[in-house]
Amino acid sequence: MQTPAPTDYVRATSVDDALAQLQKYGDEARIMAGGHSLIPMMRLRLARPEMLVDINDLDELKHIKIEGNEIVIGAMVRHREVLDSPILFEHYAAFRECEKVIADPVVRNRGTVGGSFCQADPAEDLSALGSALRGTVVIRNAQGSRTVPMREFHYGPYTTQVEDGEILTEIRIPIRPGAGSAYEKVERRIGDWAVASVGTFVVVKNGVVEDCGIGLAAVGAPHYSAPEAEAFLIGKEATEENLAQAAAIAADHCDPASDQRGPADYKKHLAKELTLRALRRSVQSSQGA
Amino acid sequence: MQVTMTINGESVTKECEPRTLLVHFIRDNVGLRGTHWGCDTSNCGTCVLWVDGEPVKSCTMFAAMADGREVTTVEGLEKNGQLDPIQQGFIECHGLQCGFCTPGMMMTGRWILDNNPHPSEEEIREGISGQLCRCTGYKNIVSAIQWAADHPAENEVKA
Ligand SMILES: Cc1cc2nc3c(=O)[nH]c(=O)nc-3n(C[C@H](O)[C@H](O)[C@H](O)COP(=O)(O)OP(=O)(O)OC[C@H]3O[C@@H](n4cnc5c(N)ncnc54)[C@H](O)[C@@H]3O)c2cc1C
Ligand code: FES
Ligand code: FES
Repeated sequence: MQTPAPTDYVRATSVDDALAQLQKYGDEARIMAGGHSLIPMMRLRLARPEMLVDINDLDELKHIKIEGNEIVIGAMVRHREVLDSPILFEHYAAFRECEKVIADPVVRNRGTVGGSFCQADPAEDLSALGSALRGTVVIRNAQGSRTVPMREFHYGPYTTQVEDGEILTEIRIPIRPGAGSAYEKVERRIGDWAVASVGTFVVVKNGVVEDCGIGLAAVGAPHYSAPEAEAFLIGKEATEENLAQAAAIAADHCDPASDQRGPADYKKHLAKELTLRALRRSVQSSQGA
Repeated sequence: MQVTMTINGESVTKECEPRTLLVHFIRDNVGLRGTHWGCDTSNCGTCVLWVDGEPVKSCTMFAAMADGREVTTVEGLEKNGQLDPIQQGFIECHGLQCGFCTPGMMMTGRWILDNNPHPSEEEIREGISGQLCRCTGYKNIVSAIQWAADHPAENEVKA
């Protein structure tokens, strides 16, 4: 039986209270959101925080709402709420497709949006989608808030711009009228992390790609993104050939590692094929197509 | 630390460490052994119970996090000596062999029906997809949940 190392526990009553607790305990403290990444890591003793600051009571972080031309998702929104959200589905069907293949329904009852982004697992599905949609992340500390583009938020695997004494409060996704979006994932079995996964959005006007975004998980794409492929596709006709070319460029910029989920060349192949499938479906569902 | 929660309708206060997992708290500190514990990786789902009415993997939550909350375990399904239809379904349909996965399957099964009284086979399979059974091949578990859907308790509010 794997037991976490001894730790201490405090339940925050507000974001300000959480920040005060984090400040008090410094680098010994860790935020506890859904716990579905942190607790397994503590059981493996890959994480040994001395103080857990539980933010599950913070209702101020549980919103999904529209502000101006952005969708705002609070850090404590659970996977299941993302899956069921009519607002997210209306603007980006990819959120529902993505959530449907994250873990399993019981895990989705607990895991949160903020936890997913902060965990920064290279195979994290929501991070890939957030990167595809070129969202931003709001980080708060005792001094105030700052907004960081998702494509700058992750330094690399398991490391983000959230420093000690800080908390991710929400993510913000720009609304793009007429955008179509899709999410594709290959997993070994239900509930498993991705062998490879890809989220995309495309805005088509008069048959031409006006804007697009591509995000990839588990295949070693820097910042879960494929900017070269996006640059290629924008301004081009939304033809099968161009989509295939963009998918090939995206795969070229991936650097997956061989592991128990498959060899690198297979993952690269998946990156290409899943990008193509997601782009194709995004184009089909874009209103201007 | 001291933790107080409502378990199957009764308030329970016990000492535990902050690192005590809810599954061990329920089994060892409280002594309710219906909830099983089967893995260290949050994958098997035999530990599923409800916290505030929602199924969670109790090996992936600290007891401290359940302080002040309402916990329902498999022991809480039976009411006044009457088995819940989900339990009866597992009897009728041979929904278990060794029984190890059964408490988690019943807790999730009950929750599926509470939210969706007439689920399709696919919806049931999706619902229990985070839980492993090494014996039945799942077929009879699905049948058991379907049986319960077809035989709601008399006092059950039908949605
Ligand atoms: C069996 C299983 C299967 C899974 N499968 C998948 C999958 O297929 N795809 C996928 O994407 N994910 C998967 N996950 C991960 C799941 O989505 C997690 O819930 C998620 O990665 C972390 O969310 P959490 O709320 O549980 O975070 P926690 O475990 O609570 O926290 C994770 C990390 O983020 C920090 N943190 C959390 N919230 C904040 C915040 N607001 N501000 C600053 N720091 C914060 C914590 O301190 C910790 O370091 C799986 C998990 C399990 C257990
Ligand atoms: S004991 Fe296996 S998922 Fe909880
Ligand atoms: S009945 Fe044996 S594991 Fe399911």
